[in-house]
This record gives sequence, structure tokens and C-alpha cells, in this order.
Amino acid sequence: MTAPLVDVRAVSHRFGPHTVLRNVSLQIEPGSYTILLGPSGSGKTTLLSILGGFVTPSQGKVLIRGEDCTAVPPAKRPTTTVFQDYALFPHMSVGSNVGFGLRMQGVDAATRTARARDALALVGLATAFDKKPHQLSGGQRQRVALARALVVEPAVLLLDEPLGALDLKLRRQMQDELKAIQKRVGTAFIHVTHDQEEAMALADHCVVMNDGCIEDEGPPERVYARPATRFSATFMGESTLISGTVTAAKHGTITVATQVGPLSLPGTMPAGASVALAVRPEHLVLGATGGAVRLGTAKVSDVVFQGSFKRVLAVSEKDPALHFIARVPAATVVQPGDISAVSCEAGDVILLAS
Amino acid sequence: MRALVRIVSWFYAVAIYGFIFLPVVVLVLFSLQATSFPIPPFTGPSLRWYNAVLADTRLTSALINSLLVAALSSAAAVTLGFLSAWGFARFALPGSALLRGLITLPLTVSYLIIGMGLLVLFNWAGIPKSLLAAGIGHVVINLPLCFAIIYSQMGDHQINIERAARDLGAPEWKVLLLITVPVMAPAIFAGFFLSMTFSWDEFVISFLLTRFDTTLPVEIWNLLRSGLNPKTNAVGSLVFAVSIVLVVFFELMLLRRKPT
Repeated sequence: MTAPLVDVRAVSHRFGPHTVLRNVSLQIEPGSYTILLGPSGSGKTTLLSILGGFVTPSQGKVLIRGEDCTAVPPAKRPTTTVFQDYALFPHMSVGSNVGFGLRMQGVDAATRTARARDALALVGLATAFDKKPHQLSGGQRQRVALARALVVEPAVLLLDEPLGALDLKLRRQMQDELKAIQKRVGTAFIHVTHDQEEAMALADHCVVMNDGCIEDEGPPERVYARPATRFSATFMGESTLISGTVTAAKHGTITVATQVGPLSLPGTMPAGASVALAVRPEHLVLGATGGAVRLGTAKVSDVVFQGSFKRVLAVSEKDPALHFIARVPAATVVQPGDISAVSCEAGDVILLAS
Repeated sequence: MRALVRIVSWFYAVAIYGFIFLPVVVLVLFSLQATSFPIPPFTGPSLRWYNAVLADTRLTSALINSLLVAALSSAAAVTLGFLSAWGFARFALPGSALLRGLITLPLTVSYLIIGMGLLVLFNWAGIPKSLLAAGIGHVVINLPLCFAIIYSQMGDHQINIERAARDLGAPEWKVLLLITVPVMAPAIFAGFFLSMTFSWDEFVISFLLTRFDTTLPVEIWNLLRSGLNPKTNAVGSLVFAVSIVLVVFFELMLLRRKPT
């Protein structure tokens, strides 16, 4: 087992009276694409700033390539950052922007130009070398910022909501390119976002953050299918959440008392534990013929047509506080006011401690 | 009715601009007088008095002194103003608002008070009356101005630009020299040209703090003591022309909108 490229050890940080990170530990593998996902105020940007050296944590250590970098300034650590607003130097040409890091390393002008051209070619902007940043579109500036940060060959590239300022179509396109570029250069990328679709599309390793803590981390498929916490189940994709209490447990099967009646599920929670049951929208079945786990009947409150499917919101008839979120085929005939049975398969219920 | 409003507003505008510029027009007009008194009737145009000004070594050396004092004091004021603006904009200082208030305070103090204060101080410190003393006085009055102009143009957007430079390995002095100064160049030049304008025609401080070598406004005042003469008009017109040029540079710098 090799040492991790980046090792964040028990980092906490306070801004005045506000604690923004609580005892966060995280390891980043070489060549991986890590996404820090969370709502605003979750501490993900602060964690990125700590990795980049712009913020020194109140407690804990950051090791990069095995060296303690906790208090090393940004200029001296093997990381570079792609800023959300790109932060290109407006008075310099695109070529000089990209060559700036090499110039600071004392690389001679000819080598600098050649490497800057290569980096621009990598991001598909070979022709922009002599242009000024203001002559480029948002997506092009984004690429220049990427080339500028990559040309110095950092151990880790940090991206702060890099696609946040782009429109949806361009965002999806840049997303694919980012992934392709990362695979080509093999540098570890750490990318902050609040967009869970972006996270699922890009990450090898997805870190879900909330309120200064890591709620869940792992491959995005695992985080989506088997979220570790209630927060993770609602933030990484949507879920219907049903709370309940375990009343009996034996032979790997538990019985959970809920607002919609007792449910029998596979699981090993002890009797008396309070739990939350999460069901992904695509696993909820509306209609009489359904799965083994019967969740009572519900009145449809809203139907949103989304092209390839319909998103249905329904309120349980037994407990008006329980809202079902289901995803049904676009051809399904369903409208607000309909009353329908709701069910799912036992294997699709995510059991969470609450 | 509408026509009447239009006529009245035109009349008003002409009256205002006339009020502001008529003295200057009269000054410039009678600097072109051919005879020895700057009073009607107008006998020119003639460049006779301009020749007289340029032949007067006291006036020409005062003119060169003025330009030197203006350029050097403005360079000092803009450098100090830039550094303090950068400090206030980029670092959280204790009592920042109070200190910023203090640095701009000289803008509200009369030049006479500043001049007298410096005179007393220089006397006590043993610094003789000189162009250097007057130059220091001009730094005192222009630094707050440069600070205010540059500070107002330092936005948050530039913080990330500076961070990016640091992130790419630039030491702090290179960040300032290669990034902050060029990005702030319009505000820096605007501060410089406005300082030059004010230093160029400043009288009170120069009068109090210089002795033998002096600046042009003080020399003009000396000239006026011997009575009105088209030569004073000519030199006054030259001062005005230089001021116009400086103000135009200032406006160009401040109003030039950089595309972002």
C-alpha cells in the first residue's frame, strides 16, 4: 500500500466564532478525480483553500507527497488552483497567462512559449495564444485558467466550482472535457461543487460534506446506491425519507414501525433503534401492482414532465408530513389529485441510522 | 411654452459657463495684447509677451522648478498612496476604518494650516526652506488624494488575480510589480496626473516653504506685486494650458473603461 498523495489529518478550522470544519480527515490517491460535494456553508471551499495554502487550518495537518504542508504558502506547495472567476491576468496575453508559472520558476522564454502552446493545445485553445483574456468567451477563459494551472505540472490541481459560471449546456460539455483532460495528464484533481450531477459524472471519489463534516465518501455509484447518512441520501440525488423505530430483529430481518405501518426489511439493526428509510425516486412504484414493501396510499400533489420521465410528488394519506418523490415513465397517465398505492422492493430500501 | 423652457435653460447654461470661464478667456485674450497694458481695447494678437516670458530666466527656471516639484512629489504621493491602498484593501488591520479616515483627513485641512505646520516642523528639525520642503508639502496634500482614488478602484476581483499569481509561485514583490500595479495602472496614472495638476498651481505651501529657488505660482505672485502687465497674463495662460493637459490625461486615465 503506497502513501496517499494528499493526507488531511484531523483538520478543524474556525473563522472567528464560526467553526467551518470539524475534525476532517481525507486521503487522496494519485491520479484520482475527487469531488468535494456539499451545499454552501458546508466547508468544502474552506477545505480546498486549506489544500491550496490560502488558509492555514486552526488544527490538524495537511501532508502532500508525505511532506507537511500545513503552513506552506501557496507559492511553495505543489498545488495549483483554478479559481471560480478564472482570475486570469487581464493585462497579459493568453500565452503570457499560461506561461506565468513557468516564468516564476525561471524557465527561459523559448521553453516557456513551447510549453504554454502545448498546454493550450491540450485544452483545445491552440489558436488563442496571442489573444487577450477579454477577447475570449467564458468557456474559453475557463480553459485558459486550466492550462495555466496545469502547465507547471502540479501534484494536485484544485478546482473551485470551475463550471459554476457557465450555462448548462457548456457546463455539461466542459464536464466531459475536464474528465478527459484529467485522464490524459494523470494529475490528481480535487474539484469543489454543489452540483450533484457534476459530482456523479466526474468523480472517481466523491466526498459529501455538510456543516463542516464529511458525511460520506466513496465511489459515486456506492454513495448514490448506499448513502451512509440521511444527509447524503437527500443531497446526492433525491430520496423519500420515512422515519421509524426497529421493533424486532432476527435472522437478518428487521421489522420497522413507521407512519405507514410495520415494514419488514433485510437488516441487522438492534430492536429499539430509530432509523430512517430512504427510497430513490426510480425505485418507488405507483399503482396496485407493485413491490413487496407496501407504503400505503398517497394523493398526487404535483406532476412535472421532464422529457424522458415524469417526476411525481405525492402526500401519504396516513401521514400528511410524509412526501413521496417518484420517477415514472413519461407515458404514465398520472395527474394531481389521483390516489395511488405506493410500494417498493425490500432490496431498494436504504436503511439509515438517524 | 416648451420653446421658452428651452431658451431659458440655454441662457442658464451659457451664464454658468460664462461665469466660470470668462476670467480665463479675458486672461488668455489680453496675454495676446500688443501694447503694455492688459486692458481694453484689445490691440493684438501678438506673441510679444510670450517672448518676454520665455526670455525671463527667473520665470523659466521657476517653470522648470514647478515641473520638477510636481513630477517628483506626485510620483512619491502616488507610490505611497498605492502602497497604503493595497495594505488597507488586502489586509485586515485593527482599526482599519479609523486609520483610513486619518489618511484622508489632510484633504479637509486647509493648505495654509498644512503649510504653517510644516514650516514650524521643518524649522524645528533644521530643514531649510527649499524646493524639497515644498515637495514634501505637496506629498502631504496629494497622498490622501492618490490613496482615495486608488483605494476606490481596488475591487475584490483583483484579490483572486493576486492569489492566482502567488499560487503559481510569485513572491510578494513580483505579485505587486507584475500583477497589481499593471492591473491598477489606470487608477495609478489618474492619481499621478491629478496630483501633478494640484502641485503645479499650488501657491500657499510653496510660498511658505521655499526661499530663493521657488515655483512658478510664487514667481507669478512676485511679478504681480509690480502691477498688472500682459506678461503676467502670458505666464498665467501657460500655467492654465499645462493644467488643462494634465487634467485631460487624468480624465483619460480614469474614464478609460477596461474591458473585463
